[in-house]
Amino acid sequence: MIDQLSWKVGGQQGEGIDSTGEIFAMALNRLGYYLYSYRHFSSRIKGGHTNNKIRVSTKQTRSISDDLDILVAFDQETIDVNIHEMRDGGVVIGDAKFNPAVPEGSKVRLFSVPFTEIANELGTSLMKNMVAIGATSAVLDLPAEAYIEVVEEIFLRKGAKVVEKNMEAIRKGAAYFTDAAGGPLEGFQLNKADGQKRMFMIGNDAIALGFVAGGVRFMSAYPITPASEIMEYLIKKLPQFGGTVIQTEDEIAAATMAIGANYAGVRTVTSSAGPGLSLMMESIGLAGMTETPLVIVDTQRGGPSTGLPTKQEQSDLMAMIYGTHGEIPKVVMAPSTAEEAFYDAVEALNIAEEYQCPVILLTDLQLSLGKQSVEPLDFKKVEIRRGALDLNAELPEVEGGYFKRYELTESGVSPRVIPGMKNGIHHVTGVEHDETGKPSEVASNRLKQMDKRLRKLKNLKFNTPVVKYTPNEEAELLLVGFNSTRGVIEEVIPRLEAEGIKVNHAHLRLIHPFPLKEMKELVDAGKKVVVIENNATGQLANILKMNLGSHEKIESILKYDGNPFLPSEVFNKCKELV
Amino acid sequence: MATFKEFRNSVKPNWCPGCGDFSVQASIQRAAANVGLEPDDLAVISGIGCSGRISGYIKSYGFHGIHGRVLPIAQGVKMANRDMTVIASGGDGDGFAIGMGHTVHAIRRNIDVTYIVMDNQIYGLTKGQTSPRSAEGFKTKSTPEGSVESAIGIMELALTAGATFVAQSFSSDLKELTSIIQKGIEHKGFSLINVFSPCVTYNKVNTYDWFKEHLTSLDTIEGYDSSNRMQAMQTLMEHDGLVKGIIYQNTQKQSYQDLAHGYSKDALAHADLNMDEQKFNDLVAEFM
Ligand SMILES: Cc1ncc(C[n+]2csc(CCOP(=O)(O)OP(=O)(O)O)c2C)c(N)n1
Ligand code: SF4
Ligand SMILES: [Mg+2]
Repeated sequence: MIDQLSWKVGGQQGEGIDSTGEIFAMALNRLGYYLYSYRHFSSRIKGGHTNNKIRVSTKQTRSISDDLDILVAFDQETIDVNIHEMRDGGVVIGDAKFNPAVPEGSKVRLFSVPFTEIANELGTSLMKNMVAIGATSAVLDLPAEAYIEVVEEIFLRKGAKVVEKNMEAIRKGAAYFTDAAGGPLEGFQLNKADGQKRMFMIGNDAIALGFVAGGVRFMSAYPITPASEIMEYLIKKLPQFGGTVIQTEDEIAAATMAIGANYAGVRTVTSSAGPGLSLMMESIGLAGMTETPLVIVDTQRGGPSTGLPTKQEQSDLMAMIYGTHGEIPKVVMAPSTAEEAFYDAVEALNIAEEYQCPVILLTDLQLSLGKQSVEPLDFKKVEIRRGALDLNAELPEVEGGYFKRYELTESGVSPRVIPGMKNGIHHVTGVEHDETGKPSEVASNRLKQMDKRLRKLKNLKFNTPVVKYTPNEEAELLLVGFNSTRGVIEEVIPRLEAEGIKVNHAHLRLIHPFPLKEMKELVDAGKKVVVIENNATGQLANILKMNLGSHEKIESILKYDGNPFLPSEVFNKCKELV
Repeated sequence: MATFKEFRNSVKPNWCPGCGDFSVQASIQRAAANVGLEPDDLAVISGIGCSGRISGYIKSYGFHGIHGRVLPIAQGVKMANRDMTVIASGGDGDGFAIGMGHTVHAIRRNIDVTYIVMDNQIYGLTKGQTSPRSAEGFKTKSTPEGSVESAIGIMELALTAGATFVAQSFSSDLKELTSIIQKGIEHKGFSLINVFSPCVTYNKVNTYDWFKEHLTSLDTIEGYDSSNRMQAMQTLMEHDGLVKGIIYQNTQKQSYQDLAHGYSKDALAHADLNMDEQKFNDLVAEFM
């Protein structure tokens, strides 16, 4: 019996590859297994190789695996492209229709199953993926009944007959495979899972759910990979709360409309990826200067320019920290799991209002689109804090009739009112201004207002700015990362420990303002600091050096070919560096 | 009820004496009083340019944004609080050059915002460069030999983009301008009001006298029917866009706020943000 297994299905885009993986994964999720799935796709809708790699485990995992146990292929290209990942003794199941073949000398076991033919016999070739699922289940020795719930959810609205047909396809696929192989294969049976109910979701879903729970009622956004799911979720859900989404003409409109709506008192978000963020830069400065709360999600993808739009990368870091001309207070948060993404989405809204500044919620493609098991979310942890905004305040009449929206305070945070409030009239401008928002170029006022704005984040309260694993007071290696590399790092640590290497791990959940105190302690306690990131120039490593010095002990492991790190890549490089 | 004086503040505009924008400011103040607004019911959102300073000169909520983005900001304010009266205002460069994309989309989106453009056919704040409203052959700092690009027929463009309220007026005609702005505010949907607002410093061609000579009032066109889009287009073309009055109004089409699915009838800004636990659990269950 085994504890984890890696499975992949591949074929041409538009052929139902995604739903094949989805149905397989959902069924295992219901049994209580931990799942992690990562899709390989390209920037076209039909045609082109696509695959969905799914990891099934009795323990939490958030990384793709080095090798593959089972490959389900709908075309020869799938075998050719993925065969190198197969472990010796692994199983390839191909549709008999294309006469699947594996390279000579390959140590995999190939089975040709007539997916299409069986499906056609049942009435439609569309069901070939169900046949494939059935064959897979026979390998794992999973009963077809494990799929009934999921199949019903998908097909019941088309009638009980359709459900039965699909179940029949699963059974037939299983029976065919069992006949051909002479029973379930040894070494492919998973230990029983804990049967716990868990969510299985992509990071974007988690963020979108966090936004809805966190009181977002309006969104203005422009579609882009890999961010669109956030917008699509809010389009579906916000009307249930009286809210709505506007698909704007571009990202400049998206960001400035969100600024207008936040100014007017509604929790409003926008989400995009690199190209959109580039367009939003001037707006981010406006939010900073006018002290308007604004949450923007940046789902990083391969840059620069259009770059690798459907591939993993973490190269927007510097742009997010420093982007916009001039100097503003800004917070950059970087959740590393879907669970954190949910809580951080809520917290980003709170921070934006409490500190009256833009907040970038940074993710990367692997976190945004990779689907993972999520432990039950704690509703009690969802709180809405609006800082210095009191919608029901009875404001006194003020001299001159203008409210001091930019009053100089010790914390730098000024009282906030929204349009429509009596005696709250004030002016807002991106031009330097005085306490009532009146434009002013007076040098002494400039200094006071600039210092006030920048002072706000000096006392930023942030729960867990660094996610730490520190079993060692002195570590040979401190592994550092942000966003989705958490999964691969956590996978590699036990392997390094098994080799007797003392490893600590720091994952930055708050990128900016830089968590200096926490990181200094950790870096000081490490002999070597290895920053693992998906970009070409070592942006996080440079941020560390800039803030902490320690240049001599900071090393980088970089990958920027568009693919997530494999555990073996990180493991081998770490060993070289010790 | 507030009088127009209550929409005044103590800030002295830094416009040049004689600038057309003074009358636009006064007209907005009068129109706001005429429709019965209180200063805190009104938000004036403005762009960047000489004209963009207007939000600081009117006693109301005011937001002076970034160049060309006045419309998305204004639409955001309106979506957040549909009880506010939202006026967007800026220059011809702001709205028809850098912000043109937003202008066209705000027109077709039809959110209830009144957009007042101070059209002086030039860039005032940056000291006299050509604008998309400058006529062919117009000489400016950036077109010393005369502009070779044609001017945008903005009223015609608005009609084809699906506008529900299209009007044009002139700074010299305070009474008409006030009445048009008033009607724009009362219109349910997006209203575009282009105001010929002479720049006395940098535009020596399109002066007050020039407009007096060239503008045709729609009042003088017998049988003009502002609900007739075809006639509106034809009249604009016959007069090379130089007409004043309400050119077109469609009172049938509902505003975006009224059409948006699920969008609350009450101001979102005052919505209760807390979700009940059962609802949360239902949302969570969708991912299990
Ligand atoms: C992104 C950006 N580009 C350029 C400018 C410089 N700029 C300020 S106002 C303006 C044009 C002003 O012309 P218009 O909008 O017609 O307003 P007017 O001054 O004529 O009222 C320009 C180019 C800017 N502020 N921002
Ligand atoms: S430069 Fe022209 S537009 Fe600007 S204030 Fe002076 S007259 Fe008005
Ligand atoms: Mg101008």
